[in-house]
Amino acid sequence: MSVLQRVVKPFTRKGKKVLMKREPQIIEGPKKAVFFQGRKCSEKLRRLLKDMYDIKKPDSLMLNKKNDITIFENVTPVENICKKHETPVFLMGSHSKKRPDNLVIGRMFNYSLLDMIELYVESFEGLREFAASKISLGTKPVLIFNGLQWEQTDKMRHLKSIFIDFFHRETVDAVRLQGIEHTISLNATSEGKILLRSYKVLLKKSGCRTPRVELEEIGPRVDFALRRTRLPTEDLIKEACRKPRELKVIKKKNISTDKLGTTHSTIHVGKQEINKLQTRKMKGLKKTPVEKKAERAAKKRSIKVNKEEIEPVKKQKRG
Amino acid sequence: MDVVSKVLMNSALEAQNYKSITVNKHIDLEYDLGTLLAVDTNDFDEKLLRSNTNDYLLDLARDNVQLLLNRIWELPTERVDEAIVVKLPPPKTVLPRCKPVPKPRPLTKWQQFAKEKGIEKKKKDKLSWDEQLKKWVPLYGFKRAQAQKDKDWLIEVPGNADPMEDQFAKKAQAKGEKVAKNELQRLRNIAKAKNVKVPRFGLTNPDVSSAKDLQAAVTVAKASTASLGKFQDKLPQEKEARGVAAITPGASRKRKLPPVSGTQERSENLNIVESVLNKKPKIDIEKAVARQINQEQVERSEEKKNERPKAGRGGKKRSNPKPKSGKGQRKGKTGKTNGRKRR
Repeated sequence: MSVLQRVVKPFTRKGKKVLMKREPQIIEGPKKAVFFQGRKCSEKLRRLLKDMYDIKKPDSLMLNKKNDITIFENVTPVENICKKHETPVFLMGSHSKKRPDNLVIGRMFNYSLLDMIELYVESFEGLREFAASKISLGTKPVLIFNGLQWEQTDKMRHLKSIFIDFFHRETVDAVRLQGIEHTISLNATSEGKILLRSYKVLLKKSGCRTPRVELEEIGPRVDFALRRTRLPTEDLIKEACRKPRELKVIKKKNISTDKLGTTHSTIHVGKQEINKLQTRKMKGLKKTPVEKKAERAAKKRSIKVNKEEIEPVKKQKRG
Repeated sequence: MDVVSKVLMNSALEAQNYKSITVNKHIDLEYDLGTLLAVDTNDFDEKLLRSNTNDYLLDLARDNVQLLLNRIWELPTERVDEAIVVKLPPPKTVLPRCKPVPKPRPLTKWQQFAKEKGIEKKKKDKLSWDEQLKKWVPLYGFKRAQAQKDKDWLIEVPGNADPMEDQFAKKAQAKGEKVAKNELQRLRNIAKAKNVKVPRFGLTNPDVSSAKDLQAAVTVAKASTASLGKFQDKLPQEKEARGVAAITPGASRKRKLPPVSGTQERSENLNIVESVLNKKPKIDIEKAVARQINQEQVERSEEKKNERPKAGRGGKKRSNPKPKSGKGQRKGKTGKTNGRKRR
């Protein structure tokens, strides 16, 4: 039984459960995202937030009030919001004269800011504008990143990581083949634009086992451009990306598996002493008295020789 | 044969009707099947991208999804509840966690002690049969308190006790104290785990504090002067509190608890032996120099003493050492070998 390391004990069993759930876990579930507006928010941004909320749905939370937050000057209020709702990802929409149609997407680590990136929403077409049938809730999407730009700068690399973190939902070990029905494609063009497209996957017959893929756009269709960023320090990201010891695969030495699934291993046995090996005792192999005598004599001689070897040294010392 | 070729022909014709699943790419994509992710580093067709953005992106995405799904369909499948499930490899993309890796919980004082002593917790049954109540009584929790109440409807007054004393109240108080002690220990364990300094004891309330506490407080207060209590007077027959060295300024702790485990004891003893054996003598240079001079003087005077008699008698040394008894070889009579001469 684990003891809660808290000074004030929870009163109820349910309260205790909640607190236990909030403690760091070895395997973490999907990251919840919180959506909220800044000081002012344009209609476009509000619709975008709503659509993103719908896409992320079982793990998302929408706050409807406006918040007087200038996030790049002071992060504390956002950290507080995320701590209150236990959401490590946040999306904030705001609109000002200086920065119109502003979307800030960021992540938290241990209830403090890890990284955030500000994006300008150039154009947006929502889920409603597309007549296609929608996908079922909570499906794991296929993520496609197109363009050289994703790997070229630090900012883009982080943005990619944030997008993967935001959309990928949860690490799973198995997936239902017919359940692959959503694709999100993110394209980084050479002009510095980031184009987000979302499609429904239609699996058609192809005459063989693997189906032919057809896509149908379901929205939202968003064009982003980069604005300000706040990237984490190397230490922080290293700490955040640490893998628990329990999950690390410790390779066992000298054990291998071949293609057929047979396990091979090497066993190291010490050198065998053949001279001392006891073989079958036979009368014929026994030593005769003559042999025994000879052996004893040889032993004596060897002792004598040893003594003589030692003694001259003593004599030298005296002299 | 006719039938077989017909079927084959039909299937070939059918296959022609379907669109192909192969896609050609200049540079191969990077896949992360664990996260259902593909990264295409090929250049865009700028002309098409500008003129017909959405259709171009749709085609591009279709090709890439096709490539990714081709890979996924190759993975080993399983059947779970009438659905075909494919096993994904572990993801390659490293994503940050939302909370730090959990640390192993620090052991409580008791747990640590039990671990060192090898004490293991015994599993107790939740219910036990009570002979008095003729009922199954839980070890703790719901219905336990009521069972205890039913059992203790009457308490015998001990022979030496005050007959007017309320035994029920006494019992209740004892239990309350037990709970309080447990709470204190819990808090102490938390403080230890979080490395918080907690005052060991002090004078909280004159009603609660015992004579021992008072004595400890006096001892500590006396030592808390600028000269560490050197000039403080002592009352006749005053005793110093014990076990307060840790919180008394200037005092050194005398006693230590005996080591708990065998290995610890062994290492402590070895350390002592090592410290003794590794001791290097301190060199007092002044003393060493004085001793050296003294030795030289003594030697010189000794030489002078020895020189004088040389001139006179003696001085002649024996060429071979004086024979000692029992070392030589006897040339005795052959018959008698041993034994003393009898007279």
